[in-house]
Amino acid sequence: MLNELDFSAIIVTIKLAIVSTSILILIGTPIAWWLSQTKFKFKAVFEAIIALPLILPPTVLGFYLLITLGSNGPIGKLLESLGGSSIAFTFTGLVVGSVIYSMPFVVQPLQNSFSSVGRKPLEVAATLGASKIDRFFSVAVPLSRSGFITAAVLGFAHTVGEFGVVLMIGGNIPGETGVVSIAIYDHVEAMEYGQAHWLAGGLLATSFLMLLFVYIINRHFSIMRSKD
Amino acid sequence: MIECKIKIQLESFMLDANFSIPDRGITVVFGPSGSGKTTLLRAIAGLEKSDDGFLKIGDSVWQKGEDFLATHKRQIGYVFQDAALFDHLDVKGNLNFVIKRAIGLKEDFIESIHNLLEIKTLLNRKTTQLSGGEKQRVAIARALLTNPKILLLDEPLSALDLKRKNEILPYLDSIHNDLEIPILYVTHSQDEMSRLADHLLLIEDGNIVGSGPVNDMLTRFDMPLSHGGDAVSIIEAEVLKRDSEFNLMHLDFLGGQFIVPDNSFPVQTKVRIRVVARDVSLTKSKQVDTSILNIFPAMVQEIVNEGEAQVMVRLQIKETILLACITRKSSYKLRLEKGSEVFVQVKSVAILS
Repeated sequence: MLNELDFSAIIVTIKLAIVSTSILILIGTPIAWWLSQTKFKFKAVFEAIIALPLILPPTVLGFYLLITLGSNGPIGKLLESLGGSSIAFTFTGLVVGSVIYSMPFVVQPLQNSFSSVGRKPLEVAATLGASKIDRFFSVAVPLSRSGFITAAVLGFAHTVGEFGVVLMIGGNIPGETGVVSIAIYDHVEAMEYGQAHWLAGGLLATSFLMLLFVYIINRHFSIMRSKD
Repeated sequence: MIECKIKIQLESFMLDANFSIPDRGITVVFGPSGSGKTTLLRAIAGLEKSDDGFLKIGDSVWQKGEDFLATHKRQIGYVFQDAALFDHLDVKGNLNFVIKRAIGLKEDFIESIHNLLEIKTLLNRKTTQLSGGEKQRVAIARALLTNPKILLLDEPLSALDLKRKNEILPYLDSIHNDLEIPILYVTHSQDEMSRLADHLLLIEDGNIVGSGPVNDMLTRFDMPLSHGGDAVSIIEAEVLKRDSEFNLMHLDFLGGQFIVPDNSFPVQTKVRIRVVARDVSLTKSKQVDTSILNIFPAMVQEIVNEGEAQVMVRLQIKETILLACITRKSSYKLRLEKGSEVFVQVKSVAILS
């Protein structure tokens, strides 16, 4: 069965996923909104940058993050000069890595649902006296509910499932940066297949359920829309 | 007064509108599809931006040079062609959306709008449970609840079938009669225009080609509407009395009395009469042994050729102007010219309200 280290890995994983998803929604929403509204010429450049983690090997991203965030890297140095310490091999570092790595999984569904809201409801809201910010919260957000749910679930699931970035900048410190995906790897290395099974099976089941939820929600909303 | 001077360059289209219209009653913006009617309405709402220009509604200035007031700061009621209700809110939610944000809205005004458009039974419905006509009614109520300085209606009936149209029209009449909000009504339907317009703004290829009281615009020979088979005149009248023996009613207008089949309007009802120019014939002497009931003495104001065979005659019956379309041969035979005294025989009329 699972040992104490496994449980701490599960807790760290859940904590990481919750913190990362919250930050992802906070940062991803304005980015997605901007991308959906802008007529900026070089918009594609930003879209490509956001989408990079989809195809980049996680080790590449992890490597650059390690270089940047480590005590010799620009951000590491900056933090140290401000009296802090490098965030490589800390939970914070893990959150930063996860946020960057899962960004496309949050921004893309949000951007799609913002775009599908279209200009019309926003114009209507403007004629009814709603300012720009007001229109965003009172019209764009409620009309993009399914996009927010998809974004949050995908961001959460993808953070739970990451391995490479965590391995590079996390360092597998129990209770701090040791997550489930790495715990499975360790169990397999130590030939403890029983424990590996429990963790792997658990991840498989949770991931499936979360995706199932997303598809059901999207079906529900698209049926509602087609009824109009 | 409503004063407007705007220039808007869209991708393949230029709107250059310079006009002033009265700030009361219904002004119909009339023109063919693609002439810029909707763009003009959007510009007045601030949804299209004119880089330089002037826009004044009553005493509020919405644009002066480059000073441009954003849409949400303009007190406008805008009704879109497809109602455009918010689907994430029910009817009540849609109305509350504007009640929360409106400026200077009074409780009894809210109440009167609910009554005027008979909204109360719809309040708890979802937008998806409304018929096309009900949606448009809610949309009109929502637009009025902005407490607008002007109500902008963009082809509000064009998505509805005839039955639904006739359902909405009486509501537009009540807004017209009960509220003092000027209305700008965009349409390309001659029926809606002749039924609703007090004032007409004619638009073609992005330019205003005419602006004036509706019957002036219909009967002035320098205006496009006074030519062709569709030429009509509009006469305002009032039910004077009803003749139960023959089931007729007498309509009083500035020029005489029309006698038409009774359609059970009470006495004193204001009605609008539309006379098609081709249904009007002229005689030099008053016919007595004729089946035509509506005969009036009139004076010829102007005659123009309509193609090879016909002429359009503008006539004055006391204070009323009427068009008649007759053959060139008849005009020659009767020796019609400016100032000729004739008798007008009106074969049939349409009662519009």
